[in-house]
Amino acid sequence: MSVTPTADEPYLRVRDLKVQFPTEDGLVKAVDGVSFSVRRGQTLGIVGESGSGKSVTSMSILGLHNPKRTKISGEISVGGRNIVGMDDEKIRLLRGQDMAMIFQDPLSALHPYYKVGVQIAEAYRIHHPSASKAEATKRAVDMLDRVGIPQPQRRAKQYPHEFSGGMRQRAMIAMSLVNDPALLIADEPTTALDVTVQAQILDLLEDLQREFNSAIIMITHDLGVVAQIADDVLVMYAGRAIETGSVEQVMRSPQHPYTWGLLASVPSLHGDAEVDLVPIKGNPPSLINLPSGCSFHPRCRYAGRNGNKSFAEVPELRSTGQEGHQVACHLTAADRLKLYQEDIAHAGVAQ
Amino acid sequence: MVRFVIRRLLLAVTTLFAISIITFLLFFAVPASPAEVMCGKNCSPTQVAQTEHRLGIDQPILKQYGQFVKGVFVGRTYGEGDFVRECPAPCLGYSYRNDELVTETLKRTVPVTVSIVVGAAIMWLVIGVSLGMMSALRRGTIFDRIAIGVSLVGASLQVYFLGLVLLLLLVYSTGLLPAPSYTPFTENPGKWAVGLILPWITLGFLNSALYARLSRAQMLETLSEDYVRTARAKGLTKRKVHTRHALRAAITPIITIAGLDIGASLGGTVITESIFGLQGLGRSAVRAVVELNLPIVLATVLLAALFIVVANIIVDVLYAVVDPRVRLS
Repeated sequence: MSVTPTADEPYLRVRDLKVQFPTEDGLVKAVDGVSFSVRRGQTLGIVGESGSGKSVTSMSILGLHNPKRTKISGEISVGGRNIVGMDDEKIRLLRGQDMAMIFQDPLSALHPYYKVGVQIAEAYRIHHPSASKAEATKRAVDMLDRVGIPQPQRRAKQYPHEFSGGMRQRAMIAMSLVNDPALLIADEPTTALDVTVQAQILDLLEDLQREFNSAIIMITHDLGVVAQIADDVLVMYAGRAIETGSVEQVMRSPQHPYTWGLLASVPSLHGDAEVDLVPIKGNPPSLINLPSGCSFHPRCRYAGRNGNKSFAEVPELRSTGQEGHQVACHLTAADRLKLYQEDIAHAGVAQ
Repeated sequence: MVRFVIRRLLLAVTTLFAISIITFLLFFAVPASPAEVMCGKNCSPTQVAQTEHRLGIDQPILKQYGQFVKGVFVGRTYGEGDFVRECPAPCLGYSYRNDELVTETLKRTVPVTVSIVVGAAIMWLVIGVSLGMMSALRRGTIFDRIAIGVSLVGASLQVYFLGLVLLLLLVYSTGLLPAPSYTPFTENPGKWAVGLILPWITLGFLNSALYARLSRAQMLETLSEDYVRTARAKGLTKRKVHTRHALRAAITPIITIAGLDIGASLGGTVITESIFGLQGLGRSAVRAVVELNLPIVLATVLLAALFIVVANIIVDVLYAVVDPRVRLS
C-alpha cells in the first residue's frame, strides 16, 4: 500500500480520466479523457467555465462520486495508489488524511449545527482514533491559530454562522489541513468571498503550501487566481483538456481560441480602458450531445479555416513546440500566432 | 429563552380570550335555544323561559361572558332554590345536558383522547420517520419503491375507511382483538393498551405514511447539502455521515411538524373516536354542538386552542435547542 514515490515522481497522476453519468436523457460525458499530474509543492490551476468538468474531476480524485451512478475509467494515482476501482473503505481512509478538499461556499460546506472546533476535531479524530477528545480539540485550536484566526480558543467554540466569510474559509482550510494531507484540492475557494479577502486566502494557501509541501489543485474560472498561485495550468472545455502548460506559457502565449476568449474577457488594470472586452459568444455545450469534431467549434470564430476538420475531427493535445505546452486545436501554429496578434493581444488581460 | 417563553405565554392567554369571545358570540348567533332543545317538543313557553332562567341564558351576553370569566378564575354557583350547583375555580361551566360540571366531563374525555394521540404519535414517529430515512438512504432500490408505494396508498386512505376495515378484519371476523374500549392506564396498563391498539394502528399507519414521505424528502434534500459532502470529504464513515451530519439536520423540520400535528390532534380526533366508539374529547364536542351545550363546546374549543398554542411554544423552544442559528428573542 504505502509506496513511497521518489522525489521527482508526481504525487498525483491522472491518466485518461473519463467520468460519465448515465441519466434518463442519455450519457453525460462530464470528463472525457483528461490527463495531468501534480508534484508536491506545486500548484496546478484547472480553469474552465461551469460544466467544463473541473469539479467532477476533483470529486473523482477524492472518490466522492456514487459508484452506482457513475462510470469512471482511466487512472488516478495518489502517492502511487490507484483510486479508480479502489475499495470504498480504502478510499475513505485516504480522504481527509492523504488528500483533502476546500469547497467554494464555506457557509454551506460547514455543518450549521456543530461548533467549528468540533468539526475540525472530528476530521482529526477519524484518522487518529487513538487521539483523545482533548487532544483533538487542542489540535483544532492550533490549526485555527495557524490559519490566522484570532482568539482561536474562543472561536473554536463558535458556530459557522458566527464567523465572517473569510474566517469561515480559513476554518475550512484549517479543517482540510488538520491531518497534514499531501494533496489539497481547492474548488473555487475564493469565489464566494470579497476581493480583499480573496487575496488573503490565496496568500494563506501559498504560505501553507510552503510549510506543508503539499500538492495543490486550484480549480477556478478566475484567471487572476491562476496567475497568482498556480505553477501549471490546465484549461478544460466540455470535459476535455484543450490547453495545458506552465502559467507563463498559457498566460503569455495562449494557443487555444478558448483560452484567448477567457483572457480577452477579463478587464485589465493596465490596459487601454477604451478597448472593449471580447466575450466568448454562446453557451457551453450540452455534455450529452457534444458538438461533433472540436467541441468548441460552434463558439469559435476561426472554425472552418482548415476545411471541415473542426466539424469532423476531435483535435488531440499536441505540443506547441515549447516544452510542456500543449494545445488541442486544428489551427496551424502560424495561424494561431497571426490571429492572436491581430485579434486578441490588445483586449482584456491578454494585453 | 425565559423571556421568550413568558412573552409567548402572555400571547397565548390573549389568544385564548379572543377565542372564548368569538365562541360565545357564535353560539348566541345560532337561532335555536338550548332550552328548547333540552325541553323537547311539547314544551310550553313558560317552561322554556324557566329553563332558560335556570341555565342563566336569559341574561345579556355580556353579563354571561363576565360570569364565565369570573367562574374560570374564582368559581361560581349555578341555579337557585332546590337546584344549586357549586362550581369551584377553574369553573368552565355547567353542562346543560347531563347535570355535570364541564371539568368533570373533561376529566373523563381528555385522558381518552390523550391516550389515543400519544400512542399513535409514538407509532407514526418511530415507523414513519425510520421508514422515510431508510428509503432515502436506499434511494431507487426495491425497498425504497415498496416503502414509497405503501406510503402513497397510506397517505390517500382515510381514517373512516381503514378503521372500519381493520375493525371488520381484526375484531368482527377473526376476533383477534377485543372491540376497542378505554380503560384508564392507572387501572390496568395491559387492558389500556389492548383496548386502544386499533385506533393506534389506524391513526399511526395513516400518519406514518405522511411522515415517511416527509422524512424521505427531507433526508434526500439534506444528503445533497454541501456539508454532507464535506463530511464525506473528511473521510468520515458512512454511518457517521448519515447519522451525525445528515439525520441531525433532516430531523429538525420533522420535529416542528410533529409538534404541531400532535397539538392539533389532542384537540380531538373526532372521526377516530367515533369509529371505535371511544368517548373522547372530540366526540363529546360534536355531541355538545348538536345539543347546543355551550359550556362543553366552549371548553373544548378553548382546550384545543390551548393544546395548539402550547405545542407551538414547545416547538419553537425545541427548534432553538436543536438549531444553534435560531435565537429566541
